[in-house]
Amino acid sequence: MLGWGVDRLRADMSRLLAILFHQGVLDEQFLQLQQLQDESSPNFVSEVVNIYFHESEKLLRNLRGLLLDREFSDYKKMGIHLNQFMGSSSSIGANRVRNVCVAFRAASEQNNRAG
Amino acid sequence: MGSNSVVSNRRMPEKMNCFDLSPNSNSDSEAEEVHVLAVDDSLVDRKVIERLLKISSCKVTAVDSGWRALKLLGLLDDEEEDKSSSSSSDGFEGLKVDLIITDYWMPGMTGYELLKKIKESSSFREIPVVIMSSENVMTRIDRCLEEGAEEFIVKPVKLSDVTRLRDYYMAAREIRSAESGINVNKRKLQESFDVCTASSSPSSSSASPPSLFSSPAPCSPSSLDSPTRRPKMTSLDHILI
Repeated sequence: MLGWGVDRLRADMSRLLAILFHQGVLDEQFLQLQQLQDESSPNFVSEVVNIYFHESEKLLRNLRGLLLDREFSDYKKMGIHLNQFMGSSSSIGANRVRNVCVAFRAASEQNNRAG
Repeated sequence: MGSNSVVSNRRMPEKMNCFDLSPNSNSDSEAEEVHVLAVDDSLVDRKVIERLLKISSCKVTAVDSGWRALKLLGLLDDEEEDKSSSSSSDGFEGLKVDLIITDYWMPGMTGYELLKKIKESSSFREIPVVIMSSENVMTRIDRCLEEGAEEFIVKPVKLSDVTRLRDYYMAAREIRSAESGINVNKRKLQESFDVCTASSSPSSSSASPPSLFSSPAPCSPSSLDSPTRRPKMTSLDHILI
């Protein structure tokens, strides 16, 4: 019965991943990550994704702090955070996040705060 | 020197097939495995590149900044670029690496600046440096290549990128050791040639038959005297060299 549960979970996960790929949330780089997981490194994907979430949280906090500042004008700093966020997102295949970063950065480069 | 290339030829197929990273395989195969120094400030990227390299049977040292990379190489102080000077704080001589792969955008020291420092160093400028960047900016790529970067990879880095690099640098290393093998062989050829001419006809000093073997190596004085021999000697020179 336990085995059946595992199979169900696996099927659910595959379905979820398929949806994410289909929606463009994930791209082929995520597949690349999955290929890097094997017996010698069985939790690779979850390790990397966890690190990503952790780092992204920090970056998002920084970005939020910058934006909340009424007298905010340091677009350069924002650009640096965005670059980091964009880089790590593309490294794990977080396609949609990366695209948002690109748009975000474009607005920031034009000093477009509303954007 | 010949034995080195034989050993690496034999070992390479084994290394490429197995992902075995057990300690007992390291001591012998350190010379065969490509040792890569990976530099990236992002932990996510470091983890990914480290895994990509390990799965491609490379030895990896991953650091988070250019400064740390320079420190590991033993290049930190500007006056102490000489690798043999071990007067640094911990007496560490400096890591031996075959390839350095670095991110471009890093706080403090960019990959470009790191590249420059490495190329300026007499002991490390031969090491190939590969730059990674999430952006495809032509001017940036040109600048890095001009400064001596071997290659510029656009992120995200894939397994195919890493295996391509690994194969290229393994091959480059093979060629290097084969070349030194060839030099040894050339010397032997010269020696055996000298022996051959010494044992050949003593009439080589006089104007005798223009056979290939009686035309001695350039160091023989007799052939230099006779002008008729010179054309033959030059053609032989071409063959030798």
